Amino acid sequence: MEKHVVVIYPHPDDESFGAAGTIINFRNQGVPVTYLCGTLGEMGRNMGSPTFANRETLPYIRKKELLAACNVLDIELKMLGYRDKTIEYEDRQEVAQHLKGILETIKPSLVITHYPDHAVHPDHNALGAAAIEAVRQMDKENRPTLWAQAISNNHIEELGDPDIKNDVTEHFDKKMEAILCHDSQASGILGNFKKRDEVADDVKEAAKRRLGKEQFYHWHFDD
Amino acid sequence: MKPIEKENVQATLERFINKDVYIHIETTNGAYASHFNDKAYNVGAYVRNATVRFTQAKIVGDGNVYRVGLKMEKGWIYAEGLTDWVIHEEEKLLLAGHDREGRLMVSLQISETPFDY
Repeated sequence: MEKHVVVIYPHPDDESFGAAGTIINFRNQGVPVTYLCGTLGEMGRNMGSPTFANRETLPYIRKKELLAACNVLDIELKMLGYRDKTIEYEDRQEVAQHLKGILETIKPSLVITHYPDHAVHPDHNALGAAAIEAVRQMDKENRPTLWAQAISNNHIEELGDPDIKNDVTEHFDKKMEAILCHDSQASGILGNFKKRDEVADDVKEAAKRRLGKEQFYHWHFDD
Repeated sequence: MKPIEKENVQATLERFINKDVYIHIETTNGAYASHFNDKAYNVGAYVRNATVRFTQAKIVGDGNVYRVGLKMEKGWIYAEGLTDWVIHEEEKLLLAGHDREGRLMVSLQISETPFDY
């Protein structure tokens, strides 16, 4: 059993879309989970549907949504204070040092992040790379296990089959509850199958197929 | 935000003339454009909290979609595709253009005090 799991993603909602089921699994086993959330998604273009946010109110709204989702998932949250869409322009080593300091305090047994160059959004790629660099710089014997999530269209072609395939359909309702906390964003993405408070049965099946599996690659270091 | 009211926006723009003001201007089609459609391009530009001074300001448009141009001593700033506006924190003028799904495509914001950074 894991001792403590740290999830490192850049945006409020990455945790819910990408790893909510896996997180719920760990929490059900009593494993503490901490989410290091890189930004407040300040530059998101989804403003709710119909729109209720604007460029200036969005960070405050997304922060509230993030707190609500972390409450549903029953996880601890640390906000890292970077700005949406700018992480790749930060000094990689500085971000890695920042993360390493936090990891050395929490001492997790497992870290989950994005797979660099296979995570589509520049923030995903950059924070994933910094997180991996942070773990790499830890003493070999203290390094946590590292899982990297790839979401690029060609990741299976290029990286092969993911090592960890979590079927999370049994936690699907709770995963959706976490996703729907991110109302300003989720409504855009789920707009087609979110109908007021209910998710229509057939569309729910479609969403389950899309979001019911969470997959990760084991990251191996050379030394 | 609410649909642009041309006269009110024009009057608000004029309040910033000949003052040192902070500008936020951006366009975006999202970070996933070419992920969901391999024929699409990811395109965007973004400036936040540049200080500028303009001598003329005008909103032009047909009742749904508007353009705003600001004439500076040594150049121009303009944005097109603007659909909505709001006054934020009593003095910041926010203008934005949204697509059918309510996603922001373009924004132009002007303020005498800096935007959060």
